[in-house]
Amino acid sequence: MAAIERDPVTGRLTTGHDWNGIAELDTPIPKVVIFFLVVTFLFSLVWWILMPAWPLITTYTRGALGIDQRTEVEESIEAANAARSIWLSDLAAKDWSQIQADGTLMAKVKETGHRLFGDNCAVCHGASGTGGPGFPDLTDGDWIWGGDPDAIAQTLRVGVNSAAEDTRTSQMPAFGRDGVLDRAQISDVAYYVRSLSDPSLATPETADRIAKGKEVFAANCVSCHGEDARGNVDLGAPNLTDSHWLYGGSASQIVTTIFGGRMGHMPTWEARLAPEEIKMLALYVATMGGETQFTGEQSQ
Amino acid sequence: MPEVHRKLERNAIGFVLAIIVVSSIGGLVEIAPLYTIDETVESDPNMRVYTPLELAGRNIYIREGCYACHSQMIRTLRDEVERYGPYSLAVESKYDHPMLWGSKRTGPDLARVGGKYSDFWHVAHLINPRDVVAGSVMPAYPWLARNPLKISDLGDHLAALRKVGVPYTDEMIANAPADAFGQASPDASQASGVTERYGNDTTVSAFDGVPNRVTEMDAVVAYLQVLGKLTKAAKTEGAAGQGG
Repeated sequence: MAAIERDPVTGRLTTGHDWNGIAELDTPIPKVVIFFLVVTFLFSLVWWILMPAWPLITTYTRGALGIDQRTEVEESIEAANAARSIWLSDLAAKDWSQIQADGTLMAKVKETGHRLFGDNCAVCHGASGTGGPGFPDLTDGDWIWGGDPDAIAQTLRVGVNSAAEDTRTSQMPAFGRDGVLDRAQISDVAYYVRSLSDPSLATPETADRIAKGKEVFAANCVSCHGEDARGNVDLGAPNLTDSHWLYGGSASQIVTTIFGGRMGHMPTWEARLAPEEIKMLALYVATMGGETQFTGEQSQ
Repeated sequence: MPEVHRKLERNAIGFVLAIIVVSSIGGLVEIAPLYTIDETVESDPNMRVYTPLELAGRNIYIREGCYACHSQMIRTLRDEVERYGPYSLAVESKYDHPMLWGSKRTGPDLARVGGKYSDFWHVAHLINPRDVVAGSVMPAYPWLARNPLKISDLGDHLAALRKVGVPYTDEMIANAPADAFGQASPDASQASGVTERYGNDTTVSAFDGVPNRVTEMDAVVAYLQVLGKLTKAAKTEGAAGQGG
């Protein structure tokens, strides 16, 4: 082992070890590294005091600042609600027609309603509200349960065939599966129903078939769909005379519907959305069918 | 001190033991208190356990790797609470073995998806997501609707979970296959046993639209429809956000 020497080039001491004639400088760790190490330790000491940090046996240190993620998120939500409260209180106080007459408020409703629709409704009814097989089109002006904001808000609150106690309920019976109608009757009434929206199907050759179908219709379908087949928004029975079909309007699709029945389902939103959110969505959805919906008339 | 260290590092066994002691301090400080600190987990005596059908759905959820793209954890952030609902609580994962919080969202969070959409939608969406959500990147799972669900061994699954603390009763374990069938067959005689054993809030429904035939689709939809509904703790715990 060599003695500790001073290196003539750097002026530093060696470690005193000697490896086959090679000595090693004993250069200390740079001061700046030590400095930041100390700062880091001091910072953690301060942090331990200010923030929730140390586990004790049955509890933990809460921190001097009393910061808690749960209260933080609640505060940020309250702050956001406070910022919105100016027009939200307006929204809560006014009735449908007053809100619709208020241009600035409606602009807010449409902006927020669009987000709410995207988060909650779009997966079934489509991002633009056009629906799909089994999911109603909200833009066609053809409303199953009524298209004024009040009716839409009620549908949103209780849903259709949902778990809510006062849910809207509608069930089309399975006329074929349950043996109410035989094959020929189903075929005839399906043809008659198609002829309502497609007059080209009513020719002299098919007059007999349509007459038979009409008879079946009168005996089985009018109680919900009405004598004129224009549906009934109180029962959620769709209008059969227009070209909008919830489950498809081809011959085979209509036969399938009559044979197996239909029972759509829309969840209840009362527990998930706040009353003002439902109000905004109702107004937003009402505008999807075109501004004509604001007259407050139901169906069509 | 340098003398002690010199001796220690020349003793192989002693040094290995010393390394184990030092490196486990971090873990002990972070993990051990979780067994003694109870106040971070809320308690809900009314929380119900997964039914056999929901549990089977949960197993399929794991099998198909749903957790890779869907989280089940609503964080304490305003935007998440406003979109998904009240933030997740520890108690809500109490009966999850393993938990399925996930760590990545390619799809949306599913912690409160139960009851948000109809069974019909879930079935259509799982068979082909593009049918209902244009532009979805989720894979299709059409075999779920075709595969009959294996229900004969569900009692064993319940018994295994009871070993790790889920309070399944002997009766639940004995009736597991019948309850799985009953929950997916509202008109069958087995249906009443499900609500008897698991509570009246349990949804009994022909989830895949075909009663009296239990498919994997029934199980997955039953599981999705109960997410966030085993306990009402999150609604009462104070989360201010109404969120949707």
